[in-house]
Amino acid sequence: MLDALTVAVSVAALALAAWCGYAAFRDQSTKDWHFIGMAVVTFLVLVQLIVGIVQLTRGEKAEEGATIFVAYLLGALCAVPIAGFMSLAERSRWGSATVAAGAVVLAVLEVRLYDIWTVG
Amino acid sequence: MTETQEKAAQGTKARLVTGPGILLVWLYGVMSVGAVSRSIYQIATEFDRAPLAYTLSAVAAVVYAFITYTLVRGGETARRAALVCCAAELTGVLIVGTWTLIEPSAFPDATVWSDYGYGYLFIPVLLPLSGIWWLRRSRTATAA
Repeated sequence: MLDALTVAVSVAALALAAWCGYAAFRDQSTKDWHFIGMAVVTFLVLVQLIVGIVQLTRGEKAEEGATIFVAYLLGALCAVPIAGFMSLAERSRWGSATVAAGAVVLAVLEVRLYDIWTVG
Repeated sequence: MTETQEKAAQGTKARLVTGPGILLVWLYGVMSVGAVSRSIYQIATEFDRAPLAYTLSAVAAVVYAFITYTLVRGGETARRAALVCCAAELTGVLIVGTWTLIEPSAFPDATVWSDYGYGYLFIPVLLPLSGIWWLRRSRTATAA
């Protein structure tokens, strides 16, 4: 369940990065549709956070420790919304580029989350 | 309000978070959060394992946090301070990067700047370069 969510969030984050990167490339600021995209990605991360915590309380162990696991889950939750707010302050292509960078950061965090959770 | 009006409204204080600056602030912010939380965790839990590596990570964290703050603050003094820190950061990355390659035994665990920031997609090397570029460009813009 958690692994499937991690993959889903990664794919969604990369798609968001490509979309906003394209907007930056075309010299456009973030539009309503982009924010809906950010909301969808953030919602997925929120579900991941809840599922992660539920699994921890059920007694399952994160390979690298629960503290790091929860810290990364929280970091992943913040990445895209903060970048989104910054793109509201910067209504130019650079705002879009920031959201794209935020989504890439999220994808990287997901890879790390997978390592932290999985025994290996 | 156009950019010129905005600048006039803010007096002579140069804003550093417009245009590419916002992307730079975001990346520095991410690196600050990453480096700060990482070094707090490592120093709190397993400092004895690799004291040198964790101390260097903490130094990197402080540098990142300070640059983020100066970028957000803006103004000429902050711009100069940030420029000095970016240079220090670049020097740090190059020295620590080379050090970890020459003498890996001194580093039982990685630092943020190990192998020129390989573990962070080389962002630690690219960031000060783009930072210096942006800060130098801002001065030209202010003077003009």
